[in-house]
Amino acid sequence: MNAIVSIKNLHKAYDSGFVALRGVDLDIAEGEILALLGPNGAGKTTLISTVCGITVPTAGKIMVGGHDTVTDYRAARSLIGLVPQEINLEPFETVENTVSFSRGLFGKKKDPARVAEVLKMLSLDDKAKSKIKELSGGMKRRVLIAKALAHEPRVLFLDEPTAGVDVELRKDMWNVVADLKAHGVTIILTTHYIEEAEAIADRVGIISKGEILLVQNKDEMMSQMGRKELRVDLVEPVETIPDALMKYDLVLAPNGRAVTYTYDTRAERTGIRTVLNDLDAAGLRMADLQTQQSSLEEIFTTLVKEQSA
Amino acid sequence: MNWTAIRAIYVFEMARFFRTLTQSLISPVLSTSLYFVVFGTAIGSRIETVEDVSYGAFIVPGLIMLSVMTQATSNASFGIYFPKFIGTIYELLSAPVNFLEITLGYVGAAATKALFIGVIIFVTAFFFVDITVQHPFAMIAFLLMTCVSFALLGFIIGIWAGNFEQLQLIPLLVITPLVFLGGSFYSVTMLPPVWQTITMFNPVVYLISGFRWAFFGTADVPVAISLAAIAFFMAACMAAIWWIFRTGWRIRQ
Ligand SMILES: Nc1ncnc2c1ncn2[C@@H]1O[C@H](COP(=O)(O)OP(=O)(O)OP(=O)(O)O)[C@@H](O)[C@H]1O
Ligand SMILES: [Mg+2]
Repeated sequence: MNAIVSIKNLHKAYDSGFVALRGVDLDIAEGEILALLGPNGAGKTTLISTVCGITVPTAGKIMVGGHDTVTDYRAARSLIGLVPQEINLEPFETVENTVSFSRGLFGKKKDPARVAEVLKMLSLDDKAKSKIKELSGGMKRRVLIAKALAHEPRVLFLDEPTAGVDVELRKDMWNVVADLKAHGVTIILTTHYIEEAEAIADRVGIISKGEILLVQNKDEMMSQMGRKELRVDLVEPVETIPDALMKYDLVLAPNGRAVTYTYDTRAERTGIRTVLNDLDAAGLRMADLQTQQSSLEEIFTTLVKEQSA
Repeated sequence: MNWTAIRAIYVFEMARFFRTLTQSLISPVLSTSLYFVVFGTAIGSRIETVEDVSYGAFIVPGLIMLSVMTQATSNASFGIYFPKFIGTIYELLSAPVNFLEITLGYVGAAATKALFIGVIIFVTAFFFVDITVQHPFAMIAFLLMTCVSFALLGFIIGIWAGNFEQLQLIPLLVITPLVFLGGSFYSVTMLPPVWQTITMFNPVVYLISGFRWAFFGTADVPVAISLAAIAFFMAACMAAIWWIFRTGWRIRQ
């Protein structure tokens, strides 16, 4: 993998003594979209802040585009755009000035055309001259994104970009992300919406209590780790599951017209054939069959529970 | 040096100043006019001359210094405290800039604003008293150095301050007394000997004395010592700021 961001054994202890990151190792490939999922307080923001230079690592090493973020911070930070979790903006400034300021701060020459382009991309072009305090919450969040994009970063960190954003706008934002990816920008986003990770990420990382529990290709993760359900619709409803089928832990639908069998795709034998044979032998006639993959959400909940146990 | 970044910070800060231009200027002009009325006219009519200069003219350098010092301090402290308060500091901390660039941007803007106000007061003074400046270049140099050094001090206060009370406390508690006791409205030589000695520990004395020398050619302390004192003050502030950014004190966790 050609890693544009490489994090090795990263530890972060805050001044209060609280340890927010415990040995994080993470490589992010150039051009990919990585979604970080984790419960509140897992350390997502801390991880992002440490890569971006807002907090200082206690131990470990971070490289961005081949530059160490501590010793060669200028080169490393020039490549990074950051959209923070909190909406932090100067209320009395205009959208245009705020975005231009960000560009200048990152050492890029003034370029009103580029600023206009970014505003357009985020549907803020008609708000360019408005003061920040006159914008709605969703617009402010887009201003934050515009600021992060103003200096044309190669790596973009989005810390919960769609928190408090309505469904339509969220879809818009996903399009923006897809657009950036098409331009070769690497994107790391945190989210609490699992469907968001499912919808846009190439890979998903799960973080909890300062540790990365799993990072995997999204599809692989779901097929490998996911449990599948086989639902069998019955021609004749039954009241109870016959004793001969008890060992399969089947779940009977309330109306008695379907049974569901859950199996692990990772297992050597899924047991589908024997279940079907035994159903037949028990005299249950099948009307239809369907399988369903469990969602990332379930995987996520299971993993986090396992860690606490 | 990331000059583009310095310029971006400077321009952004100056925009804030121009947005509130009237309120930025009205208060210093009004208070200076009041000083002239009270000290220059009411009290001055009984004092007449200090060191061969009319009392009204004598207090002009002190008045300019008083405003410039308080303005430079409060502008710079507010300038860096505000991003901390509203959270926009994240951007400064994640930008490819070093401490010197951040300081130059903020302190440069704060010093410019203070200079602006100093010039306005100087012009206002012409309406009240006759003054001639004997060493105009030295006057400008002292004014500039004062703007910069107090903006540096204000910058440190802004980083240190944890709330708005603290932000206002230091200028009120430290700078105002130092300025008033620093010979803004009298010559240090008019004090009893014990107080003259104590006063020599007040850095503001050197600034006002040097500045007054530029106006009238007479000084309480030698001009070279004034210059050395300002240089020392600026160096001390820069060292403090360098330490702050190196350790991340109060800004980077
Ligand atoms: N400045 C700080 N000082 C001390 N502890 C902190 C500080 N900032 C964060 N923490 C702690 O570090 C842990 C991780 O916080 P972080 O903000 O990284 O979580 P998160 O995964 O982003 O959570 P959320 O989903 O709520 O945004 C939390 O327990 C938090 O209380
Ligand atoms: Mg967070």
